[in-house]
Amino acid sequence: MTEPDATGRFGRFGGRFLPEALMPAAKAVEAAFREAWADPAFTTEYRRLLTHYAGRPTPVTECARLSRALGVRVLLKREDLAHTGSHKINNVLGQALLARRTGKRKLIAETGAGQHGVATATAAALLDLSCTVYMGEEDVRRQALNVFRMELLGAEVVPVSSATNAGTLKEATNAALRAWVNETEEAHYCLGSVMGPHPYPWMVREFQRVIGDEARAQCAELLPTAVPDVVVACVGGGSNAAGTFAGFVGTPARLVGVEAAGGSAVDKGVLGVLHGFTSHFLQEESQVLEAHSISAGLDYPGVGPEHVHLAERGRAQYPSVTDEQALRALRLVTRLEGILPALESAHALAWVVDAAGTGELPAGSTVLVTLSGRGDKDVQQIREHLR
Amino acid sequence: MSVAVAGVAEHLKAAGRPLLVPYVMAGVVPDWVELVREVAAAGADAVEVGLPFSDPMLDGPTVQRAAARALDRGARPRPLLDELAGLDAGVPLVVMTYANIATTLVPGRGVAGFVDHLAGVGVRGAIVADLPLEESAEYRARAAEVGVDAVLLAAPSCDDDRCREIARASSGFVYCMSSMRITGEQEHLASSARANARRLKAMTDLPVITGFGVSTPAQAVQACADADGVVVGSALMRVLVDGAGVGAVVDAVAGFRAALSSASPGE
Ligand SMILES: Cc1ncc(COP(=O)(O)O)c(C=O)c1O
Repeated sequence: MTEPDATGRFGRFGGRFLPEALMPAAKAVEAAFREAWADPAFTTEYRRLLTHYAGRPTPVTECARLSRALGVRVLLKREDLAHTGSHKINNVLGQALLARRTGKRKLIAETGAGQHGVATATAAALLDLSCTVYMGEEDVRRQALNVFRMELLGAEVVPVSSATNAGTLKEATNAALRAWVNETEEAHYCLGSVMGPHPYPWMVREFQRVIGDEARAQCAELLPTAVPDVVVACVGGGSNAAGTFAGFVGTPARLVGVEAAGGSAVDKGVLGVLHGFTSHFLQEESQVLEAHSISAGLDYPGVGPEHVHLAERGRAQYPSVTDEQALRALRLVTRLEGILPALESAHALAWVVDAAGTGELPAGSTVLVTLSGRGDKDVQQIREHLR
Repeated sequence: MSVAVAGVAEHLKAAGRPLLVPYVMAGVVPDWVELVREVAAAGADAVEVGLPFSDPMLDGPTVQRAAARALDRGARPRPLLDELAGLDAGVPLVVMTYANIATTLVPGRGVAGFVDHLAGVGVRGAIVADLPLEESAEYRARAAEVGVDAVLLAAPSCDDDRCREIARASSGFVYCMSSMRITGEQEHLASSARANARRLKAMTDLPVITGFGVSTPAQAVQACADADGVVVGSALMRVLVDGAGVGAVVDAVAGFRAALSSASPGE
């Protein structure tokens, strides 16, 4: 995967569609990131936190029983074992260090499933920054446990709703962007995925590429072919998938990003502009629709610009799976492997389970799946649905 | 000077008084087109017509509610614009909206389709809140071709060089953002409002109009000590979303007009 062009675009997608009031702030983030990413003092500190605080490298786990059941060899890249329970911590530690470097005293974040909010609240506590997390009312209800975790960590959680929408990740992102307009001086906007205005899609991918780089090296040790045949990750905004793909885009591996059926923006979205970037968004008559998924983390009507670009180039494909498929896969993997995946990650697994069944994944192929997070946060939700 | 032939800037300069630009959310009430006409008659020099969007990044609670109300009524940007065709309000209409609407209004035609459509229904200017200088080249070029003025916003956070560029690239007027805040009523006019307007006035011959948070006639008068005029949005839309009729909005506009017209220049 490449650097975006000077306008922040991957092919036709990306850019920086912001009110004038935010342009200086977004440019300052870009300048600070470029400088920091080239500064060994910054990257050393970042890597130190990844190792000694977040618990990296995360392992790659062979799934013997699942592999036998499916007839394909399944490996899991275990982001669920990272501190705070998902890949979100990789990005947040980078951005929190950047905030501190630029003299900001506060982090603003949006969250869907709450994992990005928890990660941000965690990094804020670690680096002595204040933290406000915007979260849709519907998600506050669905992810009550994560709300409590954020509050324990000292963050303020602001529930967001609008007159026309239920209040999920889209509304939370609107609220966070508005807060950024009002607080550009003091606050760094710690965006949670490969979306938003330039440089976020690129910067967040760079912070998440540790997933793919590690996995690539681990596969080289584990596999006679060095590279798996297929690399799979779920796609909400697309950060865990972008980080994973970054390690394999230069290999022959087939790249598969799995969207939720009610949020399949790559496939069903229309070219438009939301939250500071141009991409595909679910919309009708110029109004952006709410996505619908059992998984709060995949409830986003758009997708990171680089993913649409990869799809347009034919380098990656973006199928979608339903809530039911995800729940079925979740049950299967939990029973066979003793690993309870996050609902988001269960989407990636569901595609593997079903593609193995239909032969889309040929018998004997090797599949690496990024397990983006653990299912602890979803237990209440899962219980409601499986009862 | 007839609105049909003059650009927005010429019309505003000819007014020869502190300029008042009320904001009306299209579709907020069934008779919103009539509201636009009455607001114009009550002393507006131009009317800013908002096109409702599901995700208005730069708008505070009041304008968000106005947009939601319009959308809940089933109002959508394309048909709303078509309702404006044939309206002669006597003053220029300037549409304010977001980039998603500008890029998708006419499927497959991008921002060019948007400005063509505006020209077609007689709208004289456009403000696209999240289309900054860097992303606006095609939009501005097409707008100039079809005679629609592309109004750009200048924020207090922009440095002088950028402000000058924005002023140069803008047409119709320059929208002076009063403060680093989203839209919404404020108790006091931000000190940055006057500073930003003064800075812009020194950079352009276009009218400089201050907006965001101008909430009372007294604040409007204050702002016009440095700016050529004001946009008043949330203070008017609040009247509507709180349930008062369009008459109350028209009265409020008349109140702003009276205050601006009786204030001595330079006050
Ligand atoms: C565990 C987990 N996986 C995946 C996602 C989806 O985000 P992204 O596609 O940006 O990785 C989320 C988002 O909240 C998440 O919590």
